[in-house]
Amino acid sequence: MFKKFLYSQKVAPYVFVLPFVLVFLIFWVYPLISSFGMSFQKVTLGQEAAWIGIDNYEKLMGDGVFLKAVTNSAIYMVLTLVILIPFPMLFAVLINNKFMWAREFFKSSFFFPALTSVVVAGTIFRLMFGEMEGSLINSFLGLFGVEPIKFLKGQTTGFIALLALATWRWTGVNMLYFLSGLKNIPDEYYEAASIDGASPIQRFTKITMPLLKPTTIYVLTISIYAGLAMFIESMMLWNGNNSPKNIGLTIVGYLYRQGIEKNNLGYAAAVGIVLLVITMVINLTQLAFTGMFKKEEEA
Amino acid sequence: MKKKVWIVLLVLSMATWLWGCGKTSTTAGGETSVLDGGAGEDAVELSYWTFVELHGQHFEKMLEKWNTANPDRQIKLNVTVMPYDDMHNKLSIAVQTGVGAPDIADIELGKFPDFLAGTPQLVELNDVIDPYRDTIVKSRIDLYSKDGVNYGIPTHVGASVAFYNTEILEEAGVDYKTIVTWEDFKQAGIQVYEKTGKYMGTADTSATWELSQLLAQQGADFTDDAGNPTINSEPLVKALTLLKDLQDNNVIATIAGGQPDTEEAYGEFNAGNYATAFMPLWQMSRYTNYMKDLSGKIAIAPIPVIEEGMPRSVGGGGTGTVVTKTAKDIELAKDFLAFAKLSEDANIEIWNTLGFDPVNMDVWEMKDVTHNPDNQFVQYFINNPFDVLNDIKDEIRLIKSTSASPTINIVLCTVTLNEVFEDGKDIKQALDDAQAQIEQELK
Repeated sequence: MFKKFLYSQKVAPYVFVLPFVLVFLIFWVYPLISSFGMSFQKVTLGQEAAWIGIDNYEKLMGDGVFLKAVTNSAIYMVLTLVILIPFPMLFAVLINNKFMWAREFFKSSFFFPALTSVVVAGTIFRLMFGEMEGSLINSFLGLFGVEPIKFLKGQTTGFIALLALATWRWTGVNMLYFLSGLKNIPDEYYEAASIDGASPIQRFTKITMPLLKPTTIYVLTISIYAGLAMFIESMMLWNGNNSPKNIGLTIVGYLYRQGIEKNNLGYAAAVGIVLLVITMVINLTQLAFTGMFKKEEEA
Repeated sequence: MKKKVWIVLLVLSMATWLWGCGKTSTTAGGETSVLDGGAGEDAVELSYWTFVELHGQHFEKMLEKWNTANPDRQIKLNVTVMPYDDMHNKLSIAVQTGVGAPDIADIELGKFPDFLAGTPQLVELNDVIDPYRDTIVKSRIDLYSKDGVNYGIPTHVGASVAFYNTEILEEAGVDYKTIVTWEDFKQAGIQVYEKTGKYMGTADTSATWELSQLLAQQGADFTDDAGNPTINSEPLVKALTLLKDLQDNNVIATIAGGQPDTEEAYGEFNAGNYATAFMPLWQMSRYTNYMKDLSGKIAIAPIPVIEEGMPRSVGGGGTGTVVTKTAKDIELAKDFLAFAKLSEDANIEIWNTLGFDPVNMDVWEMKDVTHNPDNQFVQYFINNPFDVLNDIKDEIRLIKSTSASPTINIVLCTVTLNEVFEDGKDIKQALDDAQAQIEQELK
């Protein structure tokens, strides 16, 4: 009986997806439901939570710091999209080029930063962008007679540091996605196009870009999510969650501040739900626009 | 058959893997070391979390004394040192869930009100404090209390003093002993900047030490009697205006790190770029540990006042050591804690090891302890800190710690002080905005 069950072809697929389903239910659906409930409660240390209706959400709407966090996250997301999709795509095409020399060297050196821990990288970037004359960036700028800049104390300069960190860290990863996408485009297309007299730019825009679309959509989706959920980079760059004037505060940073640092888990849950809604709305719209939900034959 | 064995093995290994995850998540990160202090086989092992490595050294000394004095109640202490934020966050989660909390923990004053919200999940310590109550400064106990119940045992008084770099002052021809009021300080600072190009002091953007000192001088506070925030009050406007005026005259300037007690600032001070730090007395240990180049150059003096006759000091910072409700042996933990932090021996050791001004003020009078020539702090500084402390003894005021304090602190130290000192925003406007933000957050 047991043996029959075990070797059943009908059961097997379910057994194989079971671990994923379990992980999904236990670590995703359950926390989601419970934090949804929690967002309507006032939760205090070690005590019974009290239901307070939509108070948390009402408070959230009038909360200037939360608005600041949402703005920061949104700007960060948009800027990372602007930098981290075109450039990695370009690098991938260059590296994939037949005439490229030292291809493996470039591939691995681009990818290398992704292997370092964010904690280490963030700390090093903090020191690099330090406000003292002797910090790396300031001493470099000093060569051109520029006065030392307090990078991590200003909105724009702070974001420059944050984006420098993100670019340094993620260019290689996105490039690898694009490289694997490029490998799936048959060479014959390019050959046929060159015979027809297409210029390299035409080949790139008419063949490479359209055929890379699935990869681009994937990278776009995870980048939107990663941009909005960014937290550790900012925490490490500012050596804690409290950046001057909240210039580096992100939505998740605010969630962490409210929930973990100030023990206001109910309020933090409301922040989390809002983040989820924002991310879902942006990503579902984006996916709908790019035709991900159309049936295959229509696409 | 063989396949079945494999499946069983697979399931088992997955189960142990998951279980293993659960297990590691309850033990905290950070550096852990077990102190046995000469304890025997039957010793009870207690765990202790702190964010200051030095506190562990103090407990190590007191543990040996405890184990010798109490052979039937010996203790092994499992000390875990974690970074400040990490430790408090982990502790709050552990206390909240009732799983994984240590028996004894240090909680910093700025975080303490969070742990007192609702029904505190900490053990009442009144009965072990009682025997020592008359010998220690009452206000330091009150900091860690709620409705008359004491939840934490203080470490020090934290009397604020001025640390002057006499080398810079001499170069500029300034005698720190003549500085009594802020006006004196300003004139001295202008002279220092003109002659040496160095700043007399710091305009702190990430801490409220200076604001607390200036508020205490005016008999004011960040909160009213009911504990509600009063950030746009007259005294605070006056305090910030005074500091801003000093900044405009190049007497004080913002410092990397935002305040004297940060790694970046240690470097700046050590390099001799700033002459003065207005800090609680425990800043002494930062000098001896991180600013070795300044040995023999730093003098301690009372802080300048707005008008002569105003109180010259305020207790700053502090760590309350607590026993959690989930502690293995609550009675043992309580007794040991009182012994290790409140007994006269403990207070002497707190000065010897940590360089703090102990809460038992009788110790302040013990010349052989305070003026011991072998003490590293006595050797480092030009004058003896206790000469200053005993002078200002009756002038040490208190800034209250209320449930609004963590929020006030975060708004002032991230937003307001940066706006005022970095961007030159109008002081009244900045404080009004801060008040509104704090009220909104406390709703």
